Formats: sequence, structure tokens, C-alpha cells
Amino acid sequence: MNFGTQTIRFNNKPRVLSGYSIVGPKESMGPLDPYFHKRLRKDDFGQRSYEKAECKLHMSAISGAIIAAGMTPQDIDVNIGGDLLNQIITSSFSARELDISFIGMYSACSTFGQALIVGAALIDGGYIRTATASTSSHFSTAERQYRYPLELGTQMTPTAQWTVTGAGCSLLGKEGSNIFVESATIGKVVDFGISDANNMGAAMAPAAAKTVLKHLQDTSRSVDYYDHIVTGDLGIYGSRLFLKLLESEGIKAGAVHLDCGAMIYDKKQRCPQGGSGAGCSSVVFNSYFLHHMRAGAIKRLLLVPTGALLSKLSSLQGETIPGIANAVAFEREDD
Amino acid sequence: MISRTEYNELNAKLAPKSKEGRTLLFAFLVGGLICMIGQGFSDLFKLLLPKSDEKVIGQLTSTAMIFLGALLTGFGIYDRIGKYAGGGSIIPITGFANSVVSPAMEYRSEGMIFGVMCKMFVVAGPIIVSGIASSVAVGFVYRLIGAIK
Repeated sequence: MNFGTQTIRFNNKPRVLSGYSIVGPKESMGPLDPYFHKRLRKDDFGQRSYEKAECKLHMSAISGAIIAAGMTPQDIDVNIGGDLLNQIITSSFSARELDISFIGMYSACSTFGQALIVGAALIDGGYIRTATASTSSHFSTAERQYRYPLELGTQMTPTAQWTVTGAGCSLLGKEGSNIFVESATIGKVVDFGISDANNMGAAMAPAAAKTVLKHLQDTSRSVDYYDHIVTGDLGIYGSRLFLKLLESEGIKAGAVHLDCGAMIYDKKQRCPQGGSGAGCSSVVFNSYFLHHMRAGAIKRLLLVPTGALLSKLSSLQGETIPGIANAVAFEREDD
Repeated sequence: MISRTEYNELNAKLAPKSKEGRTLLFAFLVGGLICMIGQGFSDLFKLLLPKSDEKVIGQLTSTAMIFLGALLTGFGIYDRIGKYAGGGSIIPITGFANSVVSPAMEYRSEGMIFGVMCKMFVVAGPIIVSGIASSVAVGFVYRLIGAIK
């Protein structure tokens, strides 16, 4: 790679032209509500099934980002998207409705990072002019796929996280914004032997720590270089482990670290460790963080979406949970 | 970075634990309340049908409780009770009704046969299988003892 062993530097500075976020009712009751672009009153979005609802969410996020940039779907070269459902049906079914070339992505909840990296690389290489990077998740579709029926009277364990209902999309382009993707570190799959599917924060924390360490090493930067290092969905407990892991390498990141999953819900909302899901990092980045980058309050941001690469089948077969994290560095150019 | 073993030890040490006292109390209270309602039904049936024997009253009570569990599941109330009560609402027969009705509702979107009928027992299946298997075993032993006598 052109910037150390795992890091890419984007020499032509691919720009973030716009961002759009759409969330469910529970998310809009959380502390980030003022930053979201659209909120649903009911989480079925007027659809017959939750799968259809998630698909509509995903599509709304993509079209929202396109409109926000003052463009039309004809101006978009590639739509890069992913989600959590089997065979990424949400992204592919929303691509069915949009007349845009499609690249489907999957790396669980870190898909947003992967989509951003591929989009930025294609633009940086001069192959395309514009790309949308989008991900979504829905509490009710994820529960069915990974856990139990919705109406079953079960309790959440203390380390569990609540899947975010929402979709976020960033529109990347060659020019037209002062926020650009500066570099990215592609994570390795890391497994530290956690097997509890209700403790995904702990399963993903080592991957996040390794990717951040590698990024700092490859770029010869210290944590202070960034205004914020933002992990995807480690949750409150996972974040604690992440900081401990960095500390064991002599890096103190507590002052700059934030976690999208830990930020999205209020403590009163009864989501033990916060939010998770492929939509978690994308809605929080495209609302809260993009807003503050535009306003100039944040100048350099390292976004590290994290993913737990498990399936219901792998858990039942007794496999441990591998984690992955991709780091994407955003910077703001002052005019 | 710290080793895999050290990390697992760290996780075991730091992971937040369930508040046992609170969970037990809620389970006890709600479980007890459900049993009280069951007893209420039983007394009511005894009052209405004074000539019936204990067995019939028991069957009627179970039916009423199963109906109640299914109804509350359908209205989306049972899972909310379960959030607080845990085992207190899983163990009684109403919990069994909840475990059958909830997947039936969930998989309705996949059609009557492959959705509702196939998936209805995904949660309750193990309970039914072990129930039948153990009753066969007990029945066999019972018969054997009878033959020896």
C-alpha cells in the first residue's frame, strides 16, 4: 500500500459532497435527534414487512444524499451499499429501484467504512466521478435474523446492544466540498476468542484497537492529530475494552475517543451498552459528525466502523466471533 | 498488544453482570402473580362447575392461562412483561403460549405453510421434544414396575 503496510493515502482528496441520515422512532428519542435529517414516526415505514421498511429506509438515505448535493441519480456513477440481512437483500433491492451501477458490500457493522474506502479509491484513481456509500440496519429485521421473534418475552443481557433502525449515506465526489477523505486503513480480521453473541463490543474491540494502532503507525501520527477518533458500535463496555487495549500499547485515547453506538441512545432508553448495526456508524457520521465538520468544530476525524463477523449458524456451531474494523480519516480544508 | 488469554480474563473481570437481586425479585413477583391468576381461574371454575372433578378443573385452568398468554402476546404486551420478569414470565404455561405464538406472528410474512406452520415451534420445539421423550421413558419404567409386581 502507498502509506505503510495497511494504509492508503488518497492523493487527489476525494470529497464528501453530502450526507443524509434517516432513523426510526427510538433513535429520534435519543440525544442525537437534532442532527438527523429524517425521523420515522413508526418503524414499519408504511410497509408490509420490516424487510421492506428497511429497504425503503436505505433508498431514502441514498436519494436524500443525492438531493442534498443538488444532483440527480444520473450524476452518480456507482452506488456502493451494504446491510446486515442475508445476501444483503436490503442494499440490492434498493439498488433495483435506482438506475445506478451497484457494488454490494458486506463486513457486518463495519460495512460503511468499507463502502467509503472503495468509493474514495475509485474516485481517487480517476475511474469514476461520484459514488454513494450507504448502509442500513433495522432492529426488527436484525432481531429476527440473529436472535428471537420480536414478541418473545426475553431479557437483554447486560452486555447486549440495541440494533439501530436507520440508514445513512455519504455522497463522494471529485470536487465541491471542503471535507475530504485523506487516508484509510483497511483492517485485518481479528479474533480474540469471545464467543458470546450478546457481547459484540468485546468481540470487536481488539480489531478496532489493532486498526487504530496500525493507522497511527503507518501515518506516524499520534492520537492528538485527530479531533476525534470515532469507533462504530463498540458500545459503552466495548469502548472501555478498546481504550484498555490501546493503553496496553502506551496510547491514551480517552480524551479524543467517541463511539457512535454509545452516543446514539439515552441511558433511560434501556439499551444496556448502546446501539449497534450497520446503520449505526453511518447515521451518526452523516448527521452529527458531518454537521460539526461542516461547521468547523471538527477538523480531523478518524472514523473506525467496527464489525462482528458472526452468523447465527456460526454461533450455534460454537465458533468464536471474529471482528473487523476499517479506519477512514476525514479532514477539513479551511478556505 | 495483550494476549488472547489475558484479554478473556480482562473481559471476564470487567463485563457488566446481571443485577441478581433485582432480577430474582421481579421474576418472583411476576411469576407469583401469574400463578395467582391461575389459582383464581381454578377457583372460578370450581364455583361455576361444582360437580366436575379436579382433573377437568385443572385442564380448564391451563386452557384459560394458555389463551391469556397467547392473547397478551398478540397484543404485544407479553414481551414487555418479559423484559422485566425474565424467568418469571417464561416458566409458567403462559410463557409456553408466548413461545409458540411469537414465532407464528414473526414468520407470518413468509406464508402460511413455510412461515407460520413450519416456524411455529422454533422456540418451543425443544420443550415439546424433551417433554415427549421423558414421558415415554417414565411410561416405560412405570410399565416395567407394573409387570414385576
